[in-house]
Amino acid sequence: MFSRAYKTAVAAPPLLWVSVFLLAPYLLMFCYSFWSVSSSRTIVHSWNLNNYEELLAKTVYWQTLLRSMWIAARVMLFSLLLGYPLAYFLSFYAGKRKDLLYQMVIVPLWVSYLVRAYAWKTILGSDGVLNTLLQYVHLTRHPLDFLLYSPFAVVLTLTHIYTPFTFLPIYAALEHVPRNLVEASHDLGATPVQTFWRVIFPLSIPGVVAGATFAFVLSLGDFLAPLLLGGPSGIMISNIVVSLFGAAYNWPLGAAISLGMLVIVVSLLFFSERLEKKWSFS
Amino acid sequence: MGHPTGPWTEKRLMVSPTTPAPAVTASIQSAAKPTLLSIRNVAKTFGRNAVLRNVSLEIAEGEFLTILGESGSGKTTLLRIVAGFETATSGELWMGDERLDRQPPYRRRVNTVFQSYALFPHLTVEQNVGYGLRVAKRPAAEIAQRVADALDKVKMTAHAKAKPSKISGGQQQRVALARALVNRPRLLLLDEPLSALDANLRRQMQVELKSLQREVGIAFVFVTHDQEEAMVMSDRIALLRSGELEQVATPREIYSRPATAYVAQFIGHTNLLKGDVRGGVVRGGSLSWATSLPDGPALFSLRPEHVRLAGTGGPPGLVRTRGRVLHQAFHGATELIRVECADDLVLVMRTASGGGALHEVDLEFSAADAVLVRESPERN
Repeated sequence: MFSRAYKTAVAAPPLLWVSVFLLAPYLLMFCYSFWSVSSSRTIVHSWNLNNYEELLAKTVYWQTLLRSMWIAARVMLFSLLLGYPLAYFLSFYAGKRKDLLYQMVIVPLWVSYLVRAYAWKTILGSDGVLNTLLQYVHLTRHPLDFLLYSPFAVVLTLTHIYTPFTFLPIYAALEHVPRNLVEASHDLGATPVQTFWRVIFPLSIPGVVAGATFAFVLSLGDFLAPLLLGGPSGIMISNIVVSLFGAAYNWPLGAAISLGMLVIVVSLLFFSERLEKKWSFS
Repeated sequence: MGHPTGPWTEKRLMVSPTTPAPAVTASIQSAAKPTLLSIRNVAKTFGRNAVLRNVSLEIAEGEFLTILGESGSGKTTLLRIVAGFETATSGELWMGDERLDRQPPYRRRVNTVFQSYALFPHLTVEQNVGYGLRVAKRPAAEIAQRVADALDKVKMTAHAKAKPSKISGGQQQRVALARALVNRPRLLLLDEPLSALDANLRRQMQVELKSLQREVGIAFVFVTHDQEEAMVMSDRIALLRSGELEQVATPREIYSRPATAYVAQFIGHTNLLKGDVRGGVVRGGSLSWATSLPDGPALFSLRPEHVRLAGTGGPPGLVRTRGRVLHQAFHGATELIRVECADDLVLVMRTASGGGALHEVDLEFSAADAVLVRESPERN
């Protein structure tokens, strides 16, 4: 239908974009991960597996990775627990207020990430809103110090930030559940609870998988929330990468960790896409 | 709405905004079977829009009742009220001594076959059919047996393990039927279930559905806009127009004795003749015949097959006229011929095919075949 030249012309800009800004950097990172740093702090372009050996040998990297995954898993769980009921209510019971409520869920996405993270700092700090309130009503005598600079603070903040990302695909999936299936279920004698578990929930699984993937992957790679609110116990893997590329000036090791992360994330995306496909029926 | 130029017309143009006709209540019962469901004075309004007004209807055990009407007549709303998906604004539903309209849909012993079948896409054919039994927590062995029987009845055993997206529309239709019937409802509601099928399959399913209904003996309430379908399948037809019942009767009765001009025109073809009765004689333009009706205006429905080409002689009591053929439409075994007579009267007649092209014709009909009908008042 279209000429070969036309097709090439249309495809060229995006291909070029992806090559220059995505593939080339990844390739460069891949190369870096097999190089090393000399004692005089210059990058030596000699191929070796030292970085990967160091990664496997030092438990600090493993522990931080595991902690990051544990934080990401909790963020995923809480985002689902918040996002699903919200999406379900909006899709099935909000009636005329649906659009307004939907906007209210979406609006926080337009507020800067930093503002939202700092907001939690003001709330959770030892002189923060929450501690002041708790002391005022005499629930505690001293400020609670586990609120800020802890994995708790990171999980809370990331949950707040990424719940809309979980909500959106679930809401979209629920909106696509044909309402006559719900009627058919009631018609066949299923109570509302039975209908939810046997019809509505199974048909919303693709949205749940997509939302869970968003929350997990985005949290796993996050470095600002742990930087601002995590404290020493809330350090995540990305913070290590940041410091390796910055102060520590060990780009090759940083690249090796990044590559490891990339492998984890890509396998997760692959797995979640398979799961979504398995539960799609259109 | 403008009035026609002449006193006679075959179009429903003379409808005037007169006083509304009294609501037709369905007192006629087929073969005096006991009443299963009683719909009493049901009305439904959406905002300011009255979709149903004061509908009363009795459905007998084991009967095949069709709710027939144009789109927007309220037929689907009525069905959804019986199923429990909509709440009536006023009125009551009774099944025996049980007030049905206060029960949620999942407690009613009523099942529905949906227009688009509404099969669960994530479940196999077998799981779809077993859904109602499973949520009712029947024993596994019983479920397996009843599902197998139901699939056998609709000839879908071979596709038991298939997902609904892998089977054809006609097959989905059968599965939807099996899924509803396996629960042994007291009443089965069918919402235009054949409208998505092509013409051949549709005719085949009409016959199958009717014989299945006889076999299981469950009362069917079938909603359609297709008058032919209604005639073929039903024990009784309830004709709904703008949210009110025009007539409830057997197909034969509704065809030969239409209560209103609207019914006469909706079911088959007809000629509507407007006349005046004075002193035992109906007069309309050049036509006239003796009658026992009281004086005043009167409206008659005359089916095209009751108009014949006039022979010589013939029995007395025939009304005769003469006219010019406007159009001759071939319909296979019969043809419909539009004839323009004196005073702008257009009569449609149906004759056996094979007469060749006609130009000037003499027509006759028996006065007894001109059925008195009420004018259908404007609604909305």
